[in-house]
Amino acid sequence: MALESQDIVRRSATTTKPPQVRRARTAPVAKLIDTSKCIGCKACQVACMEWNDLRDEIGTCSGVYDNPLDLTEHSWTVMRFAEHENERGDLEWLIRKDGCMHCAEPGCLAACPSPGAIVQYANGIVDFDSEHCIGCGYCITGCPFNIPRLSGVDGKAYKCTLCSDRVAAGREPACVKACPTGALVFGTKEDMLRHAEERVEDLKSRGFENAGIYDPEGVGGTHVMYVLHHRDRPELYNDLPADPKISTLVKVWKGVAKPLGVAGMLLAAFAGFLHYIRVGPNETTDDDEREAARAVGASAVRARRETTDE
Amino acid sequence: MTNHWVDIKNADLVLIMGGNAAEAHPCGFKWVTEAKANNGARLVVVDPRFTRSASVADVYVPIRTGTDIAFLGGLIRYLLENDRIQHEYVANYTDASFIVKEDFAFESGLYSGYDPERRTYDRSSWDYELDENGYVRTDPTFSHPRCVLNLMRRHYSRYTPEMVERICGTPREKFLEVCELVASTATPERAMTIMYALGWTQHSIGSQMIRCGAMLQLLLGNIGVSGGGMNALRGHSNIQGLTDLGLLSDLLPGYLTLPRDHEQRFADYITARTQQPLRPNQMSYWQNYPRFFVSLQKAWWGEAAREDNDWAYDYLPKLDRVYDMLQTYELMYQGRFNGYLAQGFNPLAAAPHKAKLAAALAKLKFLVVMDPLVTETSEFWRNFGEHNDVDPSTIETEVFRLPTTCFAEEDGALVNSGRWLQWHWKGADPPGEAKTDIEIMSRIFRRLRKLYEEEGGAFPDPILNLTWPYANPEHPSPEEIAKEYNGKALADVVDETEPTRIVRRAGEQLSGFGELRADGSTACGCWIYAGCWTEAGNQMARRDNSDPTGIGQTLNWAWSWPANRRVLYNRASCDPSGRPWNPERKLIEWNGTRWVGADTPDYPVDQDPAAGMGPFIMNQEGIARFFGRAALADGPFPEHYEPFETPLGYNPLYPDERRAVSNPAARVFEGDRREFGNAAEFPHVATTYRLTEHFHFWTKHVRLNAIMQPEQFVEIGEELAAELGVAAGDRVRVISNRGWITAVAVVTKRIKSLDIDGRRVHTVGIPIHWGFTGLARPGFLANTLTPFVGDANVQTPEFKSFLVRVEKA
Amino acid sequence: MTDMTRREFLTFSGASLAGSSLALLGFSPSEAVASARDFKLAKATETRNTCPYCSVSCGILMYSLGDRSKNAKSTIFHIEGDPDHPVNRGTLCPKGAGLIDFIHSPSRLKYPEYRAPRSDRWQRISWDEALDRIARLLKQDRDANLVTRDAAGRTVNRWTTTGMLAASASSNETGYLTHKIVRSLGLVAFDNQARV
Repeated sequence: MALESQDIVRRSATTTKPPQVRRARTAPVAKLIDTSKCIGCKACQVACMEWNDLRDEIGTCSGVYDNPLDLTEHSWTVMRFAEHENERGDLEWLIRKDGCMHCAEPGCLAACPSPGAIVQYANGIVDFDSEHCIGCGYCITGCPFNIPRLSGVDGKAYKCTLCSDRVAAGREPACVKACPTGALVFGTKEDMLRHAEERVEDLKSRGFENAGIYDPEGVGGTHVMYVLHHRDRPELYNDLPADPKISTLVKVWKGVAKPLGVAGMLLAAFAGFLHYIRVGPNETTDDDEREAARAVGASAVRARRETTDE
Repeated sequence: MTNHWVDIKNADLVLIMGGNAAEAHPCGFKWVTEAKANNGARLVVVDPRFTRSASVADVYVPIRTGTDIAFLGGLIRYLLENDRIQHEYVANYTDASFIVKEDFAFESGLYSGYDPERRTYDRSSWDYELDENGYVRTDPTFSHPRCVLNLMRRHYSRYTPEMVERICGTPREKFLEVCELVASTATPERAMTIMYALGWTQHSIGSQMIRCGAMLQLLLGNIGVSGGGMNALRGHSNIQGLTDLGLLSDLLPGYLTLPRDHEQRFADYITARTQQPLRPNQMSYWQNYPRFFVSLQKAWWGEAAREDNDWAYDYLPKLDRVYDMLQTYELMYQGRFNGYLAQGFNPLAAAPHKAKLAAALAKLKFLVVMDPLVTETSEFWRNFGEHNDVDPSTIETEVFRLPTTCFAEEDGALVNSGRWLQWHWKGADPPGEAKTDIEIMSRIFRRLRKLYEEEGGAFPDPILNLTWPYANPEHPSPEEIAKEYNGKALADVVDETEPTRIVRRAGEQLSGFGELRADGSTACGCWIYAGCWTEAGNQMARRDNSDPTGIGQTLNWAWSWPANRRVLYNRASCDPSGRPWNPERKLIEWNGTRWVGADTPDYPVDQDPAAGMGPFIMNQEGIARFFGRAALADGPFPEHYEPFETPLGYNPLYPDERRAVSNPAARVFEGDRREFGNAAEFPHVATTYRLTEHFHFWTKHVRLNAIMQPEQFVEIGEELAAELGVAAGDRVRVISNRGWITAVAVVTKRIKSLDIDGRRVHTVGIPIHWGFTGLARPGFLANTLTPFVGDANVQTPEFKSFLVRVEKA
Repeated sequence: MTDMTRREFLTFSGASLAGSSLALLGFSPSEAVASARDFKLAKATETRNTCPYCSVSCGILMYSLGDRSKNAKSTIFHIEGDPDHPVNRGTLCPKGAGLIDFIHSPSRLKYPEYRAPRSDRWQRISWDEALDRIARLLKQDRDANLVTRDAAGRTVNRWTTTGMLAASASSNETGYLTHKIVRSLGLVAFDNQARV
């Protein structure tokens, strides 16, 4: 299932219609993350870095197990740990592997202004093509899950590729292969949904009445899904959004673009160019770092990097 | 492991206690998640901390560290009081009906024969009564007051749920929930597996904790069956192999033992180990000890091991005591050692009481370290500020550091926890001038031998005569060595019942230990490995992963000792008539003429079950023991004793008996006793452990793992944190009576303070992985804090239970 | 993300317009074809090994540069689980998944080194220097301290002033040969990690 230009079904900032002819037997694919089997071992984090030839910084301990504390250009997936005491007074250690959800309606792609910097393959993978990334950071703004991160070195945006290179060669993503407990599973989306339903049934038999599948409609469904013990309360899992949607502003922008005249566009293009030159790659501000440090003090840490303007 | 990793998938109930499999053995733990997902299994985790294993458990139960025997004893009491045992199994396969000697006694925590001065027992009363034929007396009606079942019932009657709660801090209703789950496996069709690791071994009563777990399993009929067993999750990739090969101070390969100095005559040594059956028509496999021993001596000393010199018996050293690590470091600390070699071992970090260890190493004349990585031991003399505050100019020790290959750069076999010998292949050359350990040891040995040849010296015979038949004597190949430990025929080996039939020609590889002889006609370096490299080639390299029965018995994948058997004691998976207890999970069965099935039978293959031979053929009784006889130093039944550093200061089972607060038979060196702390000064209970992101002190050198857990931390519960005014991310100082460390505080709901006999006890968790070398942030060796005392039987240090005081740094 | 600031909106739409309009101005998609990264294991040499950490002993596949021909120097660049292995079935834990950084750790020792008494540093020495000196030190101590007979006149042949630790991460073959040598010397203070 090699991924070639004809397998691209969506391209950022492109008005011409992408090829629609091919229908692969294996498309669409999905990764299922079963939080009820996850032990938070971080094998997925290591396998991701190893396969993708990434190495994050050797950081510090902030008083929690999370490390690295947040997604970065080198950490395309991180485990987020939350300690939750349920109604019976029993402790639940809810651990969620965070990373790109590979939305069927990708907000990043919709928001991206650079032609071809973000593509969606017919199998559902949303991939960044760094050659065309201009480092504006709008993919981050457009992402309802706050996933992409800009590199401080080359100013480009990075995120999980769902190991598009492995999938193209007929393999599962590196994280899925490594996962010791089978909390990560990969296959066609159809198979993954079927597997997820079995898991939900098992969880219900163990007293998790609200167990369910997280495949949110607001983004057209995702190619990375969760099985949650508490589908009714996704926020327990380090603020997994209950109803993620593409920002209305991204939709508005898509709507107003076409009627605008070429001259207006050129003007806007010039303004945007200036902005890029002046601001450069989006980075965290000192305030964010301080905020993160405070958040670290709490038992549930989410030192998320926010996109900012000055 | 009595069973093996994949077999865990067959369990109905998984009890993880004294270990944290999800954390330390994630890929083995997958078989727990498989059992849960595909076999409807329930997972119970009993641990002082809510661990990664607990995060996917159906039931998590807290317990105070070091009190597992109280908990397990309570379980045993529950099963006996409520008659939830597998009767037929207990009656036929255990010593429940055996009668114990009349002078055996137990009173206030002390067994008969105690000598308080020497802190040892005269164990002669700890045995069965024998009849005039030398066979054990039994009472199949279980009415005799001294039959083992009744003694056991009496012994554990004290372990009530109330007592369990007082000692362990486990809420009574939680304890009873576990009791009920465990009792559900007393039926023949249900099996529980117990998975444990250093959470049971690293206590001054560690061996007895494990015994107690095994007793529980025997009552339930869970030993020998698929999905059951006592499964030790061993810590290193080849710790099983090195143990099998006897690299311990009192062992020889294949669990043969070194002679003691009173065993001057070869016949005395052999007779003591050649165990005669205690029941009629019983196989006692250790009756073959002479075959194993003579074949070993032939492998090592060849022609120089002859019948007329007792097979070179005197070439072996005789022990006056066991020179275990703690004993060795005590002697080193006293200045009675001159040289030390550490091959892939970092004792400065791995043994207890760093300050004592560092002082001991500084008294050596020379230290040789062979390792692929920088270790703290190799740099013990170097100043690393507060993390290793020493003055090199005062340390006389000469240190050699020799670079070795790592796993990727050599061929060879490793033995996993399930006893599988698996061959691996070299992928690249080592960096720089690094050499294999085989080459380094060979070169050292060859130099020594040359010096003895040229100069003579003290008793050179065993050195000069050691067999060295390797094509390249400076670098024997792993293949040559593996063939040597498998064993070969030195002369034609004949069938003992049919002497005209040759079963193995001279020079051929042996096919199994059944071919070993005590007459010098076979050589075998490790009898339990016989069969791993036969005339058919390297069995350890086999890669057929087919599993025809679907219960995970891949008999053609690699090779398992003994005899490619995957589940030990599998005869006990069938009822006395030879029918499987659970036909759904059939390991073997009697087909009327032979034992057949999905595993190599642990029994003579043509032994008719009607003859009544017991299934536990390595015991001279043929059955499994509840009553440990004289096998253990500290009693025939496990008993709860407090850790040497106890938060209580007394044993709640007999608060006034000062001699039985902590293990009365554990060895304590005088200087170390003075360094024990007490609860008044050190009120917090500490325990050390691994994290899944790291492996011992290796992976702080590995960038990917250093990224995952970069900096040293300790874990405390919210209650203690509030008491100390500490928030997550603050630095704390942890102090024991032997030293202090500082680290980041992880404040968590996962560690709960417990009510122990009326007082509030806080637990402090101390992961071990940091030190003063490596890529991760520099930290303190956790053993700066730990006490220098070990288990009464095997001297494994009490790393899991000691006292500290935590302060805001 | 829905509550953007005004400035954020302006810059957002500005830059986005820029990109989109570039396409309109003739930068056609054909010049910007995306494709997945090449599969890096396609022709790599594969070697089977066993993870050296815990006793699950997972099967691993090591991928190296070069095809082992005479002029190619192998170096391992990627490790993943062996899917045929009955225990790990291709999976690995965070330690096993990071093995590549163990092989190439900057802490790997490359040369024999020596630290003299009272010195505060290492010095590089040759293998011959190191092994000659070690053999001499061992012999001196053994000859001086081997107890052939104890105080009671019993034959004991034990050496109690030098000890050794073997590694439970080393192979059976290393362990067996080490044991054979150690006992031939009469050494008794001998353990491996099974004791701790």
